[in-house]
Amino acid sequence: MSDRRTLGMGELEKIENRPFEKAPFARGAMAVNKKRGDIVVLTADLGKYTDVYPFRDAYPEHYYNVGMAEQALVTVAAGLSHAGMVAYCTTYGAFATRRAYDFLAIACAHGNANVKMFAGNPGLTTGYGGTHQAIEDLALMRAIPDMTVIDPCDAIEMAQVAEQAAEIEGTVYCRLLRGNVPVVFDETYRFELGKAKRFGTGTDIGFISTGFMTERCLDAVQALRAHGINASVLHVGTIKPFDAAGIAEFAQSVDKVVTAENHILIGGLTSLVTDALYRSGTLKPMLSIGIPDRFIECGSLPYLQTKYGLTAERVGQQVLAWLDAAAPVAAT
Amino acid sequence: MAKTLQYERPNEEPSFPYLRQKAHQLRRNMLEQAAGKGQGYLGQGLGVAEFLSALYYHEMKFDPAQPAAADRDRFYLSTGHYSIALWAVLADLGIIAHEELKTYGADESPLEMSTIAGRVPGVEMTGGSLGHGLGIAAGAALGLRLKKNPARVFCEISDGELQEGSTWEAATAAVAFRLDNLIAFVDCNGIQADGPLVVPIEPVADKWRAFGWAVTEIDGNAIEQVVGAMHWARAENGVPKMIVMRTLPGKGISRLTQREKAHFVRVDDDEWDTLRRELEEEYNV
Repeated sequence: MSDRRTLGMGELEKIENRPFEKAPFARGAMAVNKKRGDIVVLTADLGKYTDVYPFRDAYPEHYYNVGMAEQALVTVAAGLSHAGMVAYCTTYGAFATRRAYDFLAIACAHGNANVKMFAGNPGLTTGYGGTHQAIEDLALMRAIPDMTVIDPCDAIEMAQVAEQAAEIEGTVYCRLLRGNVPVVFDETYRFELGKAKRFGTGTDIGFISTGFMTERCLDAVQALRAHGINASVLHVGTIKPFDAAGIAEFAQSVDKVVTAENHILIGGLTSLVTDALYRSGTLKPMLSIGIPDRFIECGSLPYLQTKYGLTAERVGQQVLAWLDAAAPVAAT
Repeated sequence: MAKTLQYERPNEEPSFPYLRQKAHQLRRNMLEQAAGKGQGYLGQGLGVAEFLSALYYHEMKFDPAQPAAADRDRFYLSTGHYSIALWAVLADLGIIAHEELKTYGADESPLEMSTIAGRVPGVEMTGGSLGHGLGIAAGAALGLRLKKNPARVFCEISDGELQEGSTWEAATAAVAFRLDNLIAFVDCNGIQADGPLVVPIEPVADKWRAFGWAVTEIDGNAIEQVVGAMHWARAENGVPKMIVMRTLPGKGISRLTQREKAHFVRVDDDEWDTLRRELEEEYNV
């Protein structure tokens, strides 16, 4: 039995391998309200745990808490948009999607409501088990017509999406990275809606990744270099609208494709990539890294992410094992 | 019943004969939409004719020439399947052409069986998935207050919708945010898809009182009571208002009110002329 344990609510894992920023979402939300003045942050009893207190303290008259009531969260947000405000909602993704699906679909997306849902605890970023881990949220949200779906990688991208979201027409579902969020990209990075971004030039392996898996893939690229493998990464920050052309072009430039997502391997990035590549006639050997088709137990994040193959180290190992298995048997 | 009027309203002195006549015209418009179709949400529509007459022709600040004006009072019809009643109003106000009424429910007609936001001017929300309206109306009331816009928000929900948990989430939020610019009406007509209310929902008024709303209870088919309740709801006292409105489905045509309490009225082909005649006869009594 490991001496690691599931962390308490609000307790944060240590980040040792790279710099991090605290509450980048609040930074972006405050910046956009400073510019526009029409942002209202609404939360459902998770203000403290979705990093909105800095916003609340800066703009107390623009902060409302509906209590544990996700359906009210989403309908009130839709109504605020009818009155000309822009609602930035926060809760956990598991609750936003599972508890308020009809409301996000009909009260928001159907009427093109200017509602932005920032949904915490995506995939295995919480150790609280199946109830709290939003492992299928991208699949659920991208199936809604007119919904924009974003899965940011790091603190830089999180803050930029928060700042840009008000300008994106209609309803947006964005995975929320909260607490101490790693800084992976440099300050020159610019999030562009619907546009995948390439990192590196290696062509042996092309990682296509979203969310925090891009961080893990970038680290795996370094590790694979020691094995003589040159890889590159295509970060897909926007799940919908999906950059199918960019994905196909990238895949055509590499020998093998590895998809990586902090999401169940049903209906998320892997499904999108498979679809895009088949339709474009780009058939490459492909390995898919993601959460298996099952509910995940409670545990510490290093334990869970290692067990389910989402750490940089495990990404590298899975790629090497896949390459070994595929290697031609030497002629005798 | 009505308290002293403190605020300027478009038609400050209600003319009850005029409002009764408008309710009758709305019923005619509804019959026109339903005629020949064999079925429809006619019963519910007929039941709220007095309510809509008082709302659109007396209480609400709403200029049909500018249905999207920023300072208009908003009306959220949560029960989207009452669209037949809203089309009746919008046709009478000239927002939609009267000839269009007969296209109700037809392929490609904007007069759908349920309201869709953005398709017809004057429709504030997509209704039909029940339990959405009160929360949206609460958000609009909050947003208007933040915008320092004095417009008020009216919202109709139904007794069946009280079975939706989201209604009570919205009820809680509206009190928490002290939305006294939100005036809601629950249409208690006693019917839902499977027939008469399938689970007990009374005491309706006490439930809203317990949630912290200011509540009054009226006969929703008595125009004086409807207007009186709307005047009562003008109070700026820090709490949202709920008007519990008892209505009779099919009101105005006895033959329909006596029919088995039906959510979706079915009418034989040769019966429409009779219904039209009875509507006029009963109005003239």
